[in-house]
Amino acid sequence: MTAATGTATAKPAGASARPGTFRLFANNRLAALGLAVLAAIVILALLAPVLPLDDPAVTDPANRLLPPGTAGHILGTDHLGRDILSRLFWGTRVSLAVGFSATLIAAFFGSLIGLVAGYVGGRTDSILMRSIDMLMAFPYILLALGIVAVLGPGLLNALYAIAVVNIPFFARNIRGVTRGLAHREFVDAARLSGKSHAGVLFTEVTPNVLPVIVITMSSTVGWMILETAGLSFLGLGVQPPQADLGSMLGEGRKLLFNAPFVSIIPGVTIFAIVMSINLVGDGIRDVLDPRLRSGALARPSARTRVDRREAPPMPSESSGTALDLVDLKTEFRVGSSVYRAVGGVSLDLKDKECLGLVGESGSGKSVTAMSVLGLVATPPGAIVGGRVMVDGEDLLEVSDEALRRLRGGRISMIFQDPLSTLHPLFTVGDQIAEAIRSHHPVGHAEAWKRAVDLLELVRIPNARQRAGSYPHELSGGMRQRVCIAMALANDSGIMIADEPTTALDVTVQAQVLRLLDDLRKEKGAAVLFITHDFGVVSEICDRVAVMYAGRIVELGTTEDVLSRPAHPYTRKLIDCVPILGDPERRLDAIDGLPPSVARLPPGCAFADRCPQVREDCRSGDIALTATGGRSVRCLYPLVETVE
Amino acid sequence: MGAYILKRLLALIPILIGLTIIVFLMIALIPGGTAVAILGPLASAESVAKLNAELGLDQPLPQQYLHWLGNLLHGDLGRSYSLKRPVVDEIFERFSATAILAGTSLVLCSIFGLLAGIVSAVRQFGWTDRIVTFVVLIGISTPSFWLGLLLIMLFAVAWPIFPPSGMYLAYGGGGILDLLNHLVLPAVTLAVVATGVIARLTRTAMLEVLRQDYIRTARAKGLTEGRVIYRHAFKSALVTVIPLIGVQAGLVIGGAVYIETVFQWPGIGRMLVGAISTRDILLVQGGVLLLAVTYVLINLIADIIQTLLDPRLKS
Repeated sequence: MTAATGTATAKPAGASARPGTFRLFANNRLAALGLAVLAAIVILALLAPVLPLDDPAVTDPANRLLPPGTAGHILGTDHLGRDILSRLFWGTRVSLAVGFSATLIAAFFGSLIGLVAGYVGGRTDSILMRSIDMLMAFPYILLALGIVAVLGPGLLNALYAIAVVNIPFFARNIRGVTRGLAHREFVDAARLSGKSHAGVLFTEVTPNVLPVIVITMSSTVGWMILETAGLSFLGLGVQPPQADLGSMLGEGRKLLFNAPFVSIIPGVTIFAIVMSINLVGDGIRDVLDPRLRSGALARPSARTRVDRREAPPMPSESSGTALDLVDLKTEFRVGSSVYRAVGGVSLDLKDKECLGLVGESGSGKSVTAMSVLGLVATPPGAIVGGRVMVDGEDLLEVSDEALRRLRGGRISMIFQDPLSTLHPLFTVGDQIAEAIRSHHPVGHAEAWKRAVDLLELVRIPNARQRAGSYPHELSGGMRQRVCIAMALANDSGIMIADEPTTALDVTVQAQVLRLLDDLRKEKGAAVLFITHDFGVVSEICDRVAVMYAGRIVELGTTEDVLSRPAHPYTRKLIDCVPILGDPERRLDAIDGLPPSVARLPPGCAFADRCPQVREDCRSGDIALTATGGRSVRCLYPLVETVE
Repeated sequence: MGAYILKRLLALIPILIGLTIIVFLMIALIPGGTAVAILGPLASAESVAKLNAELGLDQPLPQQYLHWLGNLLHGDLGRSYSLKRPVVDEIFERFSATAILAGTSLVLCSIFGLLAGIVSAVRQFGWTDRIVTFVVLIGISTPSFWLGLLLIMLFAVAWPIFPPSGMYLAYGGGGILDLLNHLVLPAVTLAVVATGVIARLTRTAMLEVLRQDYIRTARAKGLTEGRVIYRHAFKSALVTVIPLIGVQAGLVIGGAVYIETVFQWPGIGRMLVGAISTRDILLVQGGVLLLAVTYVLINLIADIIQTLLDPRLKS
């Protein structure tokens, strides 16, 4: 059932649509602004020789330190009477040229090292990467200083120093990607076709690595411009009479108190260049990095957004019902697509009953379960219709605090994979105690004692010591027992178990299942049991609901449904269950795939895979028809459900 | 844990050897070699030749390295020709100033970077997030040496709240209050860039963690959102971010070179700039080595803290 939760979250993420369009728009607008500013600065710097500027090196002591705005010197003059505007243009040229050259040099040699190390592997790789690690053991500005110290101050030496210290970033990034590509099919194919290693490396691998090189360049060029300016500022880069922005700033520093504009002007310029480069870089990364584009990094909120267009009338409170879902609808909205994961589910869970909810991966059963306590990730999920009734209250309408009290209090949940659902950094005892303390005003010691008792209750040997274990120190079965203990911590009347045994070994599965069944009977809890396995259903469920493409297609007592399935889909599902001693039995899955819940066909969603399909199955909404204790959503049920 | 730390310390040895090789090569590769480094660039050709012969520089590099390493282990990094005193004395005298400045900045950027990152992640796509993201972008785009000048203009000249430079008052100074007063501007300036970087890393780490199944579990058991974020999510994010903070210590230590120059802080960074200008290579070598070793140790501490937080890493 990886897939059921998986489908809920992964399907929208996999689609090429975007998270908050607004944000992307805003980002792109900033990136465009950055690009415009950068382009303007670069063009002006390139045009410096043809613009009517004073000679940047001509001194004029009579007109020293004229303030900005002076006629003939728009930005004023410096301590030697040189025109600041002209020096700014020429200085920007130098800064940009050095920054971009350093980036190109670092990108060339760094990528080359990364490509070779990643492609050749083995000893070459480890020798190259060890050397790179050595370089990275230095704070990189310090390494640049060391290189300048050896070579002597000067513009070219500063350029080399900055380029060298940035080589490791490229080497590391490019090596990582290259390693991933080195043994892919198309690379092997090129090699087999007789190409030399160098040929393969430069014609097959390099083009695929290019986006990473571009991303790394765009994220380092800003630093490199800053660092070269820094070296010049310290007097270790460009030497007079030549000037770059850093050395202008360094000269301005001496005039900080009487002529602050001399240092403010180049400072603002460096800032504008680096800021615009960073904006463009972020924009490039957003476009080239598929993870950000898919919205995988959107943060789920504490509670699923409820966005009901219309709510059904409050159902009359029926005694004996623990949980009543009324026409529940949950969607995932990704870009322009809407995935109707739950398309109107009505289900009542009776007191002390175990109700199975069965379906294939992606049928919406997990999303149904998550919707009850508002645990569906928003974005992209939203509950768009229906009611979730518990004790006469609609959980979709209660306050956040009321919902929090219900979570783990009146209603508790057990999830599928206990390794990923338990927090890896807290002991299991701590996690259970925390569940108790968030619902009962007890001290830590008391909560811990209860946690140990609970661990004993779920038959964990040496519970006292085990409470101090971390999840990774326990076996899968033990971990799931811990999750069950956590669900029992506050004597919940309702438990929702989402494929609690699927991730476990078969033998452990049976043990955990039996434990869960015993405990629910002992505690008198109602259980909504989600599974894809009819074998499991037959063991513990009183009633069973079958779900397909977001809707219930059949509901009845376990015995009825198993012995006389009415819906063709149920029939097929039951046929999939292996029976011991009957090796001839066909275990192949149902032909075809479920329809995408983003594009449900009119009529019956199962029509395309149904052996009994007729013409009228493909039009109009087919209702869930209830007769007695049995409901089925089919025009031509396999058995007469009328009693 | 003791065994783990021992293992990490042993793993440090090859890194330290690599560091010393690179630092040694700094001298061996300069035109004129060690003799120039010792005598200074203005030394006469005869005295350079004489010293080269005395030091046995006709020997191959590996032997020279071992000789140099032996001296290093005895606490001898040579004498600074410009200061006329042992390099070791000079760098250790200045080290405390750099440690105070960089240490304070590291604490500042960790606290504010983590806070900004968390707030930004929790309010993802909201106004707070957008403002924090933008401020962070400004922070990492501003040259720190220029920011230092701006802060001096604002808070030492226009509104003389803090002293513009130095570590203690020349007359009647000393004491912790005087130090703190002098520390505010340079420490803040030095922290800005690293704060921005840490904030970005923290935001990404928090967003990554908040999507995990165990966060859903934490919500499902009825924890308040505050506990979910500050206990469950933050602890996991911290495990990712702590070693990255160690890496950012490089930005802080390297940035100290600029900031010490701007604020005339009597640390190793400022010494380095002077030493490079006077071509006092032995002094540069000593300073670079000491700061690089400090950086390696900070990263070791960061790794140990990470292991303390994440029991899975111990094995």
